[in-house]
This record gives sequence, C-alpha cells and structure tokens, in this order.
Amino acid sequence: MTQHALSSDSPGSSGTTGRCRTGQPLIGVKGLGHAYGPRQIFEGLDFSVDKGEFVCIVGPSGVGKTTLLGCLTGLQKPTQGTIHFDGQAVKGTPEGLAIVFQDYSRSLMPWLSTRDNVALPLRSAGVGKKERLARATAALTEVGLGDFLDSYPWQLSGGMQQRVAIARALAFNPKAIVMDEPFASVDAQTRSDLEDLALKVRDELGIAVMLVTHDIDEAVYLADTILVLAGKPATVQTLIPVDLPTPREQLATKAEPRFAELRSEVYTYIKKPAAPTA
Amino acid sequence: MKLVRHVAWEIWLPIVLLVVWWFASADSMNTYFPPLHDILERSKELWFWQGTREDVLPSLRRLAVGYLIAVAAGTLVGLLLGGVHWLESATRPYVEFLRSTPGIALMPLVSLVFGLGDLFKIVTIALVCCWPVLLNSIDGVHSVEPQLRDVATSYRLTTAERVRFILLPSAAPQIFAGARTALAIGVIAMTASEMIGIGGGLGYFTLNASTAFDYTGLWSGIIALGVVGYILNKLFAAVERTVLAWHYGLVAHSQGGTR
Repeated sequence: MTQHALSSDSPGSSGTTGRCRTGQPLIGVKGLGHAYGPRQIFEGLDFSVDKGEFVCIVGPSGVGKTTLLGCLTGLQKPTQGTIHFDGQAVKGTPEGLAIVFQDYSRSLMPWLSTRDNVALPLRSAGVGKKERLARATAALTEVGLGDFLDSYPWQLSGGMQQRVAIARALAFNPKAIVMDEPFASVDAQTRSDLEDLALKVRDELGIAVMLVTHDIDEAVYLADTILVLAGKPATVQTLIPVDLPTPREQLATKAEPRFAELRSEVYTYIKKPAAPTA
Repeated sequence: MKLVRHVAWEIWLPIVLLVVWWFASADSMNTYFPPLHDILERSKELWFWQGTREDVLPSLRRLAVGYLIAVAAGTLVGLLLGGVHWLESATRPYVEFLRSTPGIALMPLVSLVFGLGDLFKIVTIALVCCWPVLLNSIDGVHSVEPQLRDVATSYRLTTAERVRFILLPSAAPQIFAGARTALAIGVIAMTASEMIGIGGGLGYFTLNASTAFDYTGLWSGIIALGVVGYILNKLFAAVERTVLAWHYGLVAHSQGGTR
C-alpha cells in the first residue's frame, strides 16, 4: 500500500508554496518498521515527502513518532524497511537534512554565541570562516534575530532560542528540516509566531518540513499533508491532504469551516485505530 | 566603590589578626615566636628581591611546569576515559587506587628514578596534581547534555570538533573545579618536594631556616608561602572568570540574577 503524499492532488495547496514536483520524491519510506527487542513500535510504513512539502506527523503519545523521526534522520537504525533521501539510502544523517530538536535549551550550546551556534555545523561542512559567519548572520536575520548575533542563547527567551535552532538548520541550506515537537514548550503567542516562521521558511526557501506534533490544530494549520500514526504496533492510518488555501493566516485559516472538518477528521483517525488492539 | 567595599570585606580579618599578632608578640623573648616586627623586617630583607630571585622564582617555575603538565594530562586522559566507556571501566580500579595513594608518599620512589633535582620536584607536583583534574574531567564528559550528542551527530561534526566545541567546553566548569583543588595541593607538593632534595626554593628555605635555628627566617618563609598560595589562587580565579564567563552568566541568569 504505497501511499504517495503528494500524488493526491489537492486544490489550493499547489502553486504558491514553492514546491517543485519532479518524478522522484525527496524522502521515500518503504516498509519501515522498528522494534525495541520484542516490542514492535511501528511497522509497514510507506510514504513519501516531496520537495518543499510540509508534512505533519500526528498520533497519540507513545505511538513512536520520535522513533520514526530518529529513523528518518539517521540517528536511529530501523529494524525493518528502507528510507531514501534524495535518491540515496539513509545511513546516518543525510546531507541536506537538518534537525530542530524539541528542547531548545538543551540543543544549543550555552558557551557559544547565537552566531557561533549557527555557524558551527557549517565548519564541519567545510565552509570557510568568512562565509560561515555571513551565512549564520543571514540565517539569524531570516528568523528575526539579526540584533542578537553576539548574545548567548540563555540570554534569550524560549521562543527566541528555538528561532536560533531553526536558524542553525537553515544556515545549513538543507533540502528538508525535521522538527520534533518544536513548539511544545513555548507560550501560545510565541507558538503562533514560530508556526508562521516555519511556513515562511518553507515558502521562501522551498525546504521540505517534517514536523511531529501532538497538537491537531497545529498540524492542520501547517501541513500540506497530515500523516496520522496510530495503533499497536503503529501504522500509517491515513494521509490527509490539507486543502486549505495558502498562504495560511492564523485567524482566517482557523476560521475556515474546512479547518474544523479536517480537524475532526484527524481526530477520528487518532481516536479509532484501524488495527484492532489485541 | 563596590571594589573598595569588596576589598575591605576581604582584608579586614587578616588586618585584625596581624594587629593582634603585632602587639601580642611585640615583647616576645620566646625564640620560637619572635616579634612580628622582626619577622617583617627580615621578610623585607629577604624577599626584596634577592630571595625572590633565588627561592621564590625557582619554586614557581617548578610548580608551573608540574601543574600545567598535570592539568593538560588530566584533561586529555579524562576526555579519553570519559568518552570511551569500556576503557574507563577497565581502568577505574587503578585510577581509584592511585588517587587514594598520598602522592607525597611516592616521593622517595620518584627520587630513586629522577634524582633530587628539578625533575624530581616537577614529577612529584604533576603526580599529585593530576588526579583531581582527571576525575573531574571524566565526570565532566559524562555530564555532557545527551541531546548535544545528537546535535553533533546530525550535523556531522568530526571527532576533533566534538572535543573542541562540545566535550571540552561542557566539561570545563568541572575541569576548573578540579584544577583549583589541584593548585592547592600543588603548592603543598612543591613545598614538600623542596624540603627533601636540593636546589633551593621556598620549601627548602623554610626547612633550612628551621634547622639553622633561624626562626625569623622560618616565619618569613611560612608567610611567603602563604602569600604565594594566596596570589596563585587569585590568579586562578581571574583566569576561571574569564574562560568560564558564559558559565557564570548562565548560572546567574538561571538563578534570576541580573548580572
């Protein structure tokens, strides 16, 4: 049951988002499964992510969302199946993929300024010092932190720290960014701002985003496609194309009748796993 | 103004003690406890500047070399042991055994190998100083935030970059804590190693004054040792404040301070 996320052509979600469609998906997942010992977390996952596509992964807690991201990012080796990124089998984090971790306060280095935090990964990528700093400055400006280049992360608010983490991913010029519940620990206002930042990044830079969230509203608001993961072991319950108009807007989009419909649709899939629990 | 108050707060007690000592010992006829006045007179003659050149500087040189070797070795080996789990488990008993052995007790053995000159003293100081640095360095590496390991892996940092930008800075506060302890016992090791062996130094001077019934000299040596230890500690604190500026800022910040 190969499900291709973007092959379902949804009205309103094409064109303006900067997605380019080529024959080959950016991320291709086939028969992916992972077990910790005898405990099968998920199995038989088939899906793909196109260039510039925004995919939100939702599911009840403990369903294996973070494990799935671990596999996608190459930090964890899946026990079954294959993942291809940009045509290459994933072994270790692929080039062109950047991760924004859930806990900004633990994923940034408190001993480096925001600019040095952002520039550090570029060093390993072999970018010269001058260009590293220029790219870090540009990325921080992109996320609205152009005035905080020399601050330490801990001098910034939580939302600003997560922006630094996003800038670090952006400076890398990735083809895809993977985010693990990136906005879970900030206040509501900051959260909306960061959601819009994620959309802006995708629209302006054409970067594919895979975002794990436990918040259905957030998933519907952000995604081109929602992947619902549920069951024991978990499987892809459904892939819901989000046919809301773009660009999205916090008030208008959430006021759409379609928003509420999609929301309850997602909710239904999460609550009623297709696979019967033994 | 703040600085003046800070300095005043730090030195009022020593001044009071000196004044008490001064008057209590003023008419002392006791050979072992000469008047402070005589001790200070003697100190002035001794340490400005001939004695400083002949005894203090050689002591400091040995301490500096031995201490820096210990800090470098302790840090490097600590990073290695802290980073490689099986190596640490395999060597833990030996590390525990060696660090529990009083380093001073090794002096006769060390002198068998290295003689009684500078090398013997430097090796003794290094042997004594390396343990707190080593153990703290291992602990420091263990306490590196696990998420930073994932960050390093996902952004494909090389081993050298991990050590330089993640392990070392992350472990630095603990390494510094170890190095501070090491400095204190380093001064002890310096003094003790100079008391046996040849080649002068503050320890040698002090013991020699005692055996020559030169008790004002003995007291002058003790005071000089104290002053040297105090200044070294202050220097260390200044270096620590500079290198770990981020750490102090972070701690102050997380405690809600506004510094």
